[in-house]
Amino acid sequence: MVVWLVVNLVKTPSDFGRILLIGISQGALYALVALGYTLVYGILELINFAHGDVFMLGGMISATIALQGFGLSTQETPALGILVAAMLVSLVCAMAGCGLLNMAIERIAYKPLRNAPRLAPLITAIGMSFILENIAIVWKGTRPVNLPPNEFSAGNGGQIFRIGDVVYTWDRLFVLLVTVPVLLGLVWLVQFTRRGKAMRATAQDKDAAAMMGIDVDRTISFTFLVAGALAGAGGVLFAFYATTISFYTGFQLGLFAFTAAVLGGIGNLPGAVLGALLIGLIQNFNEGLAWHSPGPKWTESIVFAILITILVFRPQGLLGERTPEGG
Amino acid sequence: MRRVVPALLVAGLLLGLAWAGIFHRSPELYLMAAVVLVVFLSGIVRASFWTGLERAGVRDPQRRWLGQRPLVQRAVPPLVIAGLVILLAWAAGVAPDSALLVLLAITYVLYLLPRRVRRFAVPLTVFALVVAYPFFIQQTDYQRFLFNVPVFNAFPSMDTMLSMIIFAMMAIGLNMVVGYAGLLDLGYVAFYAIGAYTAAWLASPHFAAYGISFDVGSVAEKPILQVGGIHLTIWLVLIAAGILTALVGVIIGLPTLRLRGDYLAIVTLGFGEILPQVARNGDRDGLGFDLTGGPPGINPVDPPGFGHWLNAHVGLPASYLREQGTYVNFVTLMFWTALALLLLTIFCSIRLRDSRLGRAWIAIREDETAAAAMGIPLMRTKTWAYASGAFFGGIAGAWFATIKTGVFPDDFFFNISILVLSMVILGGMGNVWGVIAGAAFLEYLNLEGISNFNGWMNDHVLVCDPNKQNPSSVISGGCLNAPLVTFGIYGAIIVLVMLLRPQGLFPERRRKLEFETGVHDTPIQDETA
Repeated sequence: MVVWLVVNLVKTPSDFGRILLIGISQGALYALVALGYTLVYGILELINFAHGDVFMLGGMISATIALQGFGLSTQETPALGILVAAMLVSLVCAMAGCGLLNMAIERIAYKPLRNAPRLAPLITAIGMSFILENIAIVWKGTRPVNLPPNEFSAGNGGQIFRIGDVVYTWDRLFVLLVTVPVLLGLVWLVQFTRRGKAMRATAQDKDAAAMMGIDVDRTISFTFLVAGALAGAGGVLFAFYATTISFYTGFQLGLFAFTAAVLGGIGNLPGAVLGALLIGLIQNFNEGLAWHSPGPKWTESIVFAILITILVFRPQGLLGERTPEGG
Repeated sequence: MRRVVPALLVAGLLLGLAWAGIFHRSPELYLMAAVVLVVFLSGIVRASFWTGLERAGVRDPQRRWLGQRPLVQRAVPPLVIAGLVILLAWAAGVAPDSALLVLLAITYVLYLLPRRVRRFAVPLTVFALVVAYPFFIQQTDYQRFLFNVPVFNAFPSMDTMLSMIIFAMMAIGLNMVVGYAGLLDLGYVAFYAIGAYTAAWLASPHFAAYGISFDVGSVAEKPILQVGGIHLTIWLVLIAAGILTALVGVIIGLPTLRLRGDYLAIVTLGFGEILPQVARNGDRDGLGFDLTGGPPGINPVDPPGFGHWLNAHVGLPASYLREQGTYVNFVTLMFWTALALLLLTIFCSIRLRDSRLGRAWIAIREDETAAAAMGIPLMRTKTWAYASGAFFGGIAGAWFATIKTGVFPDDFFFNISILVLSMVILGGMGNVWGVIAGAAFLEYLNLEGISNFNGWMNDHVLVCDPNKQNPSSVISGGCLNAPLVTFGIYGAIIVLVMLLRPQGLFPERRRKLEFETGVHDTPIQDETA
């Protein structure tokens, strides 16, 4: 595979660079969602299938705010000021909304099953995922919601700088612009605050944490809140980057993000970011590079094959360690 | 008290809506409201009944009642309830249907039978009714024989029944994996697809392009046979599909069954997503070799049949496709054969459950460590569970391909796995009959039930104008478009069942304790594997 990459690099270096950048941006997007999966798994050992759909609802919320609140329409390219304002407002709203939604889901669907055998909350999570998708259908219908192509959407941005033939444009940068502060905020939260410490303690050993005086229920709710907020942020970015969201978007992207989390080591926060970057790169290499690449038809299969391989041969992922020992 | 409040709320809601004029076209709703009230308030109704009798002068009526023979005690209450309902129906203007009364009479007789007889009588009666079903449903005015079901408006058509039986087979197969052995399998559609494509490979002109021509007892039409390809008779195809799918199940299972529950679920989900993609992309430009025919699929697949020799000597139909009678035609014959396959599947499932292997599965489900300590080879037993589930999924898929006389990748998608899983969960994990009931009900909902309910709501309750409806939204122009949220309904069913009644509608006897106690941590991989 390395050979394949190197050959492609040599043959079409500008393409390679461009795709590398797209891959990193998309990887950053996946990282936001993957972190949500990892956080919840670390603390509850539950794979929250509904997480991808929370992400999708975040995107829908932001699309609604942009289209109806700020009057963006698909006919015209919006002005930069309005665009940024729409983005910021919807970022706040989506993060809050998705965080609360995630907390509510936990309260209703997962909390009563905390003592049931592990199959039960997993099955409930799947059911919840379908319910969320259909809530989106009831809210927005089955046709995708479209945002206007804008400064931040894929392929559109004005250029910032160029290295040789490789152009770095606004659209690829803004994803990183939003993601990096969010990630830093998360690191600060988990490493340097009391709540973060409570999260890490509960993830390590629930009973001991309870004995130390940590309110386990509240910590779990808080974790779901944070995970939901991350998913909401991812949703906003996706809405503005890809300019189209449908009820089905969350499911597939959620599975990719979950693969990323597993690839990096589920329960491991930096692992989730690393895995997400890798998956983003792999996906875009597969779809973009010309020489002997399987092509976009096979992207899903490749990603799932990676998932299966990792789970079979190295279930602790690339960075190992089931519980998050660090930020 | 717990029952009175919801009953009053529901009845009040229905009556309020009726007063607002929404239900003016359906007296059935008044009837339903009344029945709901009576059922929920049955305690109060019963108590007032006894008090009333005492006031009327009968001395100590309840004690005298309890002194009656048990048969009388069983026989009388349903008659009383039936009498009440008929009275209410007459008051609401709904005429009781003769077919409905016949069915109720049959149910009553079965109810009165002693338990030992009932165990055989009920399945036999149901089976007889189902076998006779094609004769009723295929009449032009079948409403004469089959009453008009309220709300859903119609009995399932033959195609729906066929689909229900196929899904029942799949549900029984998944039940072996999830219900007996306790392994969560989220990729069952992969086995379904493999079974269907095997039938297509072994009974269609697909491989004629590669110069392979091979015919064993096929009943396809002469022009198709002349094209070439592999053509086996359907009975061989079914067996081959089952075996091949079981082999694939073993291959998938060997590296993955070591994993713990949720990781196994994810891996199976991965396979369940990969295989439909391979089916869609497996043509010449995807794979370099035309394996699955790509998006158009493989078409036509040979019909089933018994061949000319058996036709001449025993009178069995030579090729199902050629039968064109009014009642005994292609669809009916497929239906009966599907029923026979379902019976075979039920038989295998029950025998497996009561065998040594089945007991090993249940032991693994209950407590793996204890099972291993008792000497059960974990990996081998789990692989057997997976292979058996795959076998029956493969047979169901092969029959599906034969019914549709073609295989199309659009028929295989991830949601089907969850659909079958919800059938198993709703019906009762581990209980064969529950699973069949769940499968029949949910598949009926999927194909006909939800759209029928939608039509009834739009015509009778909401009374909306279909021209104002937007086909891609759920509520528009005053009309409902429920079929769009079919899978949301299934998701809601899964969540509600898991939260409120995790053992399902018809719980398996051993299962009841499972969801009441917790399980401790298990390592990611089985160290004893």
